[in-house]
Amino acid sequence: MLDQPTPPDLSDNAAAQGPAVIRFAGDSGDGIQTLGAEFTKSSALTGHGFMTFPDFPAEIRAPAGTTFGVSAFQIQIGGDRVKTHGDTVDVLVALNPAALKTNLSALRPGGLLIADADAFAKRGLEKAGYAANPLEDGSLDGYRLEAIEISRLTREAALPEGVTKKEAETARNFWALGLVYWMFAQDRTPTAAWLKSKFAKRPEIAAANTAAMDAGHTYGDVTDMAPPPRLRAVAPASPRPGTYRTLTGIDGMVLGLAAASALSGLRLHYCSYPITPASAILHGLAKLGGEGVATFQAEDEIAAATAAIGASFAGGLGVTGTSGPGMALKAEALGLATAAELPLIVIDVQRAGPSTGMPTKVEQADLNLALHGRHGEAPLPVFAAAGPGDSFETVIEAARTAVTFMTPVIVLSDAYTANAAEPWRLPDVDALADIAVDRDIDPDGFHPFRRDAETLARPWAVPGMTGLAHRLGGIERSAGSGHISYDPDNHQEMTDLRAAKLDHIRGALPPAAVTAGTDAGRVLAVGWGSTQGALKTAVEDLAAEGHAVGHLHLRHLSPLPRGLGEIFALYDQVVVAELNSGQLRGHLQGLFPHVSFRGLNKVTGQPFTVAEIDAALREDLS
Amino acid sequence: MNVMNPDLAAPDTGATPELTARDFTTDQEVRWCPGCGDYAILKAVRGVLAEAGRRPDDVVFISGIGCAARFPYYLASYGFHTIHGRAPAVATGVKMANPDLDVWVVGGDGDFLSIGGNHLMHALRRNVDLNLIMPNNAVYGLTKGQYSPASATGMRSPSSPSGSVEAPVNAALLALGAGARFIARSADTLQDHLPGVLKAAQAHRGASFVEILQNCVVFNDGAFEAVRDKGLTADRTLRLEHGKPMIFGKDRDKGIAVDWPSGTARVVPVGDGGPVYDVTVHDQTNLALATILARMDAPDLPLALGVLYHVPADDFTAQRGDAPRRVIDRVALTGLLSAGKTWTVGETDAA
Ligand SMILES: Cc1ncc(C[n+]2csc(CCOP(=O)(O)OP(=O)(O)O)c2C)c(N)n1
Ligand code: SF4
Repeated sequence: MLDQPTPPDLSDNAAAQGPAVIRFAGDSGDGIQTLGAEFTKSSALTGHGFMTFPDFPAEIRAPAGTTFGVSAFQIQIGGDRVKTHGDTVDVLVALNPAALKTNLSALRPGGLLIADADAFAKRGLEKAGYAANPLEDGSLDGYRLEAIEISRLTREAALPEGVTKKEAETARNFWALGLVYWMFAQDRTPTAAWLKSKFAKRPEIAAANTAAMDAGHTYGDVTDMAPPPRLRAVAPASPRPGTYRTLTGIDGMVLGLAAASALSGLRLHYCSYPITPASAILHGLAKLGGEGVATFQAEDEIAAATAAIGASFAGGLGVTGTSGPGMALKAEALGLATAAELPLIVIDVQRAGPSTGMPTKVEQADLNLALHGRHGEAPLPVFAAAGPGDSFETVIEAARTAVTFMTPVIVLSDAYTANAAEPWRLPDVDALADIAVDRDIDPDGFHPFRRDAETLARPWAVPGMTGLAHRLGGIERSAGSGHISYDPDNHQEMTDLRAAKLDHIRGALPPAAVTAGTDAGRVLAVGWGSTQGALKTAVEDLAAEGHAVGHLHLRHLSPLPRGLGEIFALYDQVVVAELNSGQLRGHLQGLFPHVSFRGLNKVTGQPFTVAEIDAALREDLS
Repeated sequence: MNVMNPDLAAPDTGATPELTARDFTTDQEVRWCPGCGDYAILKAVRGVLAEAGRRPDDVVFISGIGCAARFPYYLASYGFHTIHGRAPAVATGVKMANPDLDVWVVGGDGDFLSIGGNHLMHALRRNVDLNLIMPNNAVYGLTKGQYSPASATGMRSPSSPSGSVEAPVNAALLALGAGARFIARSADTLQDHLPGVLKAAQAHRGASFVEILQNCVVFNDGAFEAVRDKGLTADRTLRLEHGKPMIFGKDRDKGIAVDWPSGTARVVPVGDGGPVYDVTVHDQTNLALATILARMDAPDLPLALGVLYHVPADDFTAQRGDAPRRVIDRVALTGLLSAGKTWTVGETDAA
């Protein structure tokens, strides 16, 4: 783990227009994620750039008030440069002592802490393991503390709407939300409208929550609880014109798969077995039922993968998705799809392992599994999505590659990208290129493993097509006829062919490019997947200070893009940053033995902070 | 708005050509041991396919791994020799993508009951429209003779030199428990019986499970001698016919009488003009009877052959109610992308 560097000066008088980081924390029953979603929506509608980070416990309903039951939601809002959920928190809302205990370390010195004073009674303090009340014992002197009787104020506001005492109290989250809305001058009306429709059958609940929100808002106003000036000045973004929506990584995958189906004209068959955090893709696609998308909840990950292979064999676009442990189960099926040369997309939303590990936390440690986790030599493309919007594009590119080259493709996402949300500009659907499916196959002299010289792909004849009946299988086949063959030289030839297919794919993918910082110089920061936001921000900041540092982010991990070696040669040092112990670094070192690679690694279940990367890169720059 | 997917085979409409077993025969040399029961099963399957009249282009054979699983190579239809145990899952995917295909799944007892037990169970309970045929030789053939989940307790094999201590799986009972709606049993050598059973299985819409007792001449020769031995079979097996009293024996002098309260069956004498009223009539729609029949075995009772249970119901595709021919188009995609809350940044705000 990296040492936490000293955060940059974010005191109230510092740069006026910087972004702000807000974190809400409370019990898992407190509706923290709802609150976060509403704040995100409002931030979007007021034109802020943002990135969110929901951080919830693995337990469905941990005992109330305990530290392991704390649910948190962090959002960074501000101008165009917001690419992460933020390193340190400017405003922390803690609805109980356990939430304070587990989240205080994220609050920057001098940051604003809003706590529900009512929740800091004897029982709550004991459950969280506090010997004394931190709101009163001076231990929070380094912060700007606002201990407010949120529970009481919520009750007073909500009760007149005709709800029970308990119902009134559960509106606490909306009281807090109202206060934060006031602080950031954000609009409450979308939330009020949402409450109205959400509780259409119980209008008094909607009214109680709205009243609580209004009360929180008014509280800010009348007490003139002046927010730190820098926060009030958070600048809206000035994005490219267009229509936007909020997109999580899961949304990106779901919509990307739907798009792949539309662009190819192939019906999508998503076969999956529930596992956190990948389950949400299954949920998202199941909702689209009837829209040309079929979902299948299989009996296990092996069945999910093999059913998807069956669907592809029969002419659909077979897709299977899972997370770490489920990925391990699919290994044998991936060998089959590689041998049979069928298109297949396999999504792995990585989570912290090994084994069951920490299902709700982030890690990028399935890379070796994706690159090498098959028996025999079964090379296949491995792509990684760098964020929510990039998930949409990556999955379409994966489908295009799978269909064009007749190969399974692995797409890596992770628990951070899956749940993080960002504003996303809707693509012009008409401008998206078709995914060509060539079914113009001549039955005369047809054989299932005759290859296209350009792509090395075999023809995709599907059951039902006249005159093209053929047999496929995992047994080695003759490169000529496609019949079973144990001939030694033939196996060499087939192995070489499968490897060569990756070279052809490399040729079709865009070459490597440095996308932030300087094109040559002292240090190149290389990353993949969800670390993109933190890496890019750190590199841009350093480059702005005049340092010769660049950032290269890899979407294509296998085959690696063209021109990588040439780019590496332009820097004195290449730093490979990843949330594992050095899997990509090891891979690159093997392929580029003369380059000096240094690893920047973290395996805590948490994403990189910008400051961590900044500090690590400075070491090489000094 | 959805468009239709032109790739999928449309249901057969035109007149079906006259086909023979030859039309389903590939040029591949069959590589089972001489005398293997799989040859006879292959022959029966080819004959049934020819008779059914489906175009070879609309027929698909999916298999796992094992001697029995080599079927697809020998059938001139579409075929996919997959991985050990997973054929029912692959076939489920095939059916999802194109319900009009006539899909067969072939696996040995190891393939279906051991490594693939889970997938078999789920294909049956989902009632996927598959013809699942299981040549059961009560041994692992391809891996050289280890005991299988269907092997009798005490079987000596390379992996059980002192005799297996495990109780065998009763495949028909397992299929019943999984909710299968077509369960039948036959044997490789019964060429007057097996084709009829296979035909009924193919005609059944939904999952049909056929256990075919199969002789492995190399590793478990004679395991089903009761069925195969011409001298014994009449007295040791019972051929079921729906609506007919359950009579068997060389001289058709024995019947099966079910005692419903205890759920047991016994052999009763029949003939000499004597009363036959207590011989139970086979009713393939009776789940309790099927359970009793599935369990009948030597030494006290004959082995029941034929259709043990047959109660059709909506198959997987019908239950799902989704239409595989519909494909999302760009208009629908545009709608999906902009579903929910969106906001627009005007041209004037351009950076
Ligand atoms: C994952 C996996 N495990 C083990 C094997 C080895 N294997 C191949 S066939 C087989 C058993 C075959 O027995 P059965 O299904 O009864 O078929 P038979 O050969 O008797 O027809 C085994 C264990 C394999 N191919 N794959
Ligand atoms: S080993 Fe047995 S099952 Fe396999 S081919 Fe030979 S006889 Fe048939």
